[in-house]
Amino acid sequence: MSNEAVLHAHSDVATHDAHGDHSHEHHHHETFITKYVFSQDHKMIAKQFLITGMVWAVLGGLMSVLFRLQLGYPDSTFPWLESILGKWAKGGHITPEAYYALVTTHGTVLVFFVLTAGLSGTFANFLIPLQIGARDMASPFMNMLSYWFFFGASIVMLSSMFVETGPFSGGWTAYPPLSALGDASPGSKTGMDLWIVSMALFVVSSLLGGLNYIATVLNMRTKGMSMTRLPLTIWALFFTAVLGVLSFPVLLSGFILLIFDRNFGTSFYLSDIFINGVGALPNEGGSAILFQHLFWFLGHPEVYIILLPAMGMVSEILSVNSRKPIFGYMAMIGSLFAIAILAFLVWAHHMFVTGLNPFLGSVFVLLTLLIAVPSAIKVFNWLTTLWRGNIRFTPGMLFAIGFVSMFISGGLTGIWLGNSALDIHLHDTYFVIAHFHIVMGVASMFGMFAGIYHWYPKMYGRFMNNTLAYIHFWVTIAGAYMIFWPMHYQGLAGMPRRYYDFSIWESFKQFQDLNRFISLVAMIVFAVQFLFLFNFFYSIFRGRKVTTLNPWESNTLEWTTPIHPGHGNWVGEIPEVHRWAYDYGKDGKDFIQQTTPVGADESHH
Amino acid sequence: MTILLTTAVIVLVFVVIFQIAKASEYVSLLKGEEASRKQNNKINGFLMVVFLVLGLFGVWYCNEVLFDKTLLAQESASVEGERVDSMLWLTLAVTGIVFIGTQIVLFWFAYKYQENEKRKVYFFSHSNTLEAIWTIIPAIALTVLVVIGLRNWFLFTGEPPKSAMVVEVTGKQFGWIFRYPGKDGAFGKKYYKNIDAATNTLGLLWDDKLGQDDLVTEQTMYVVKGKPVKLIIGSRDVIHDVGLSHFRMKMDAVPGIPTTMWFTPKFTTAEMKEKTGNPNFQYEISCDQMCGNGHYSMKGVIEVVSQEDYDLWIAKQNPYYYAAFPDKDPAAAKPAAAATADTSKTAKPAEVKTVAKM
Repeated sequence: MSNEAVLHAHSDVATHDAHGDHSHEHHHHETFITKYVFSQDHKMIAKQFLITGMVWAVLGGLMSVLFRLQLGYPDSTFPWLESILGKWAKGGHITPEAYYALVTTHGTVLVFFVLTAGLSGTFANFLIPLQIGARDMASPFMNMLSYWFFFGASIVMLSSMFVETGPFSGGWTAYPPLSALGDASPGSKTGMDLWIVSMALFVVSSLLGGLNYIATVLNMRTKGMSMTRLPLTIWALFFTAVLGVLSFPVLLSGFILLIFDRNFGTSFYLSDIFINGVGALPNEGGSAILFQHLFWFLGHPEVYIILLPAMGMVSEILSVNSRKPIFGYMAMIGSLFAIAILAFLVWAHHMFVTGLNPFLGSVFVLLTLLIAVPSAIKVFNWLTTLWRGNIRFTPGMLFAIGFVSMFISGGLTGIWLGNSALDIHLHDTYFVIAHFHIVMGVASMFGMFAGIYHWYPKMYGRFMNNTLAYIHFWVTIAGAYMIFWPMHYQGLAGMPRRYYDFSIWESFKQFQDLNRFISLVAMIVFAVQFLFLFNFFYSIFRGRKVTTLNPWESNTLEWTTPIHPGHGNWVGEIPEVHRWAYDYGKDGKDFIQQTTPVGADESHH
Repeated sequence: MTILLTTAVIVLVFVVIFQIAKASEYVSLLKGEEASRKQNNKINGFLMVVFLVLGLFGVWYCNEVLFDKTLLAQESASVEGERVDSMLWLTLAVTGIVFIGTQIVLFWFAYKYQENEKRKVYFFSHSNTLEAIWTIIPAIALTVLVVIGLRNWFLFTGEPPKSAMVVEVTGKQFGWIFRYPGKDGAFGKKYYKNIDAATNTLGLLWDDKLGQDDLVTEQTMYVVKGKPVKLIIGSRDVIHDVGLSHFRMKMDAVPGIPTTMWFTPKFTTAEMKEKTGNPNFQYEISCDQMCGNGHYSMKGVIEVVSQEDYDLWIAKQNPYYYAAFPDKDPAAAKPAAAATADTSKTAKPAEVKTVAKM
């Protein structure tokens, strides 16, 4: 067995090098189509994921600005809204149908298209081969398919917005019966069919990508790159891929049952339903709660699919720019592992008030709060990494510090919501919105920005403008807190989520001023993101050029490739690795790259 | 026109910012990149402390402005809700201390350990003692919170006291239907296929004697101060949620699967009007689960009254059965006893059929 493995490994390396040379030879024959469109180069696919994700981030963000207009200025009319939204904003006033469609699409798009595809799709593709020392992914073709399935999903989702009955409008969680019955909500007609098709394509994309990432990390590390020498980014992306591969199929199965209920008369989720104006439906014996189990069995790991890549990149960026090793490398891997396991055992904490068996609920309380332990370890390790370092505030570093701040703020409120006896009061209020936007939305977005600023020189061989980046960071972090921090108070007033208008509610209407303030800040923060977008695209062509191989003086392998690496990444042989990725400030040396052999007089750590 | 103007202003601001940013890049080239990088580092390090101070001030100010608008400033209106509140305060204390502590450490470290040529970095890759400390302390704190939480949870989801009154709550797009068991204290059977939007909103089986004295009302529910009330919750169409923020309780209404919730109201609606100083105060039932385009308007009201007022109210209610069959109402005149017999005869076979289906 072991012999066989060795032989196999050898032949693998051999074919690999051959492949690398091969692609190098034919570099000049690449056409526009094979280089920029149907590319099989992981770096180009990463950029495709990133830019598609950016387009969706702009669309999703714009949607939030539109529905924040309604919440902040419920009594005003905006005639220009009618000119862009037509019947969905009659008289310049967003209709409830449009409001719910915007909320739903904003959620779906941000969670799946931006923070899953845009974040882990981008950085898993870009960093895995570069940081483990591989010429490309295990299957570049599958990798390409993964992007194009995502592209297909995007097109279908986009097209659902132009359907006469409107896009799906039942919330991104798509709970049946609402999502199953077109008669209960117009958005659940054609819009929902397109939504499901789009999500199904997206699941296929995730699986193709995820399997590839796992295979690549396990099989294609360069010589000397043992698992415990991997940078934490790779560990995080690896666990992310495992989570996705194990949970997305469950989501798909849930959707398939939903398709049957919608179109073929089955009763998986439907029972005892009477619809106004239609009458009693024939369906009996189904369970609406079953869908929630299937959905959250993905839905909760999904939160970590979004968060783990950000955690990994932040660990790396904090260490590089503190000029200090990441504190507790093994504990960081251990806590990632613990989070990955627990992610599968906590899904029902989204369902405490569905009538779930109280004993089952109590088990989920225990497991949910258990997640706080590895999370706490990570936070304290990041803080200790900063301690007695020599910090360079690159834009990437600023966003990494912002990530830690956001992760603390949003993580702590998880301790409130994970405790069922408090959730019974706070469930589905603005407190929940504040919690998950801070810990999952903003924090992961910060992780993504950190990653973009940090690896931009590797992606394009140029730097982004620092001044714009600094403005981008400080306005965004201050704005994000100003938007979401006060929402905790709205939640503590019991204010429910997904309300189009609060004016008839004696208990919730006291926040009109605050709502206007939040909407205003949201618009400013949204506008500032265009500074980033402009900086990104402008710098591709006009940014300051990178002149050294290793601009951040970093240890990892990607900085040993040429400034503009071709397909195959390294010219000549792939470098061998002799140490872990975090020898910063060791024995008085600022940094020691992973490719440097261990010296005879080097101290042990 | 205003749009054009706003767009122009925004674009102008962007262009100015961009020019400054570009200029700063050229300046840095003139000054030497290393020198300007160090200067930027100082500015950002300083901003870390500024952000920390302003941020903590903002947290205080936010609390100052918003505290009184939340339920934190109001005592729970149910006996059980007091436990939610005390738990909430404890959780707030624990997480609040951690929040302030870690945020201060984060931004302070960032400021203090900003790049300085004289500093020699401390190569510190791990420490088992430290890591054990910050594994064990959170674990202990969380255990305490879990134990308290679960004790409350089992109380909330357990059986209510025997003295509890029972009300059935049914959600529909977009309103609430309440049913009281009537004098016999028991609900009659129902079956959703018997629902008639006009005369039988819950689909009661009329030949079930237990159901013939059931009372059905919409929008407003009456309960008694100091008397535990158990809600049996269901839905007629999609998932809804009975959200009772003043009582600190919440439970989904799921079609086909009944759920329950109970609580003991502490104050009548009139007393709450006085306590809150709001003459329009209402105990509102908010639907807390997305249920369609009218979700935001799905409002019900709970009227908490004294036992005497409740007795007066209930005495005035007429069983739903009589609303569907006015001729059977003993209170109404009895002009045609023969006609009544006729309807019961013709109605019989239909009822038998539905029962058989169940």
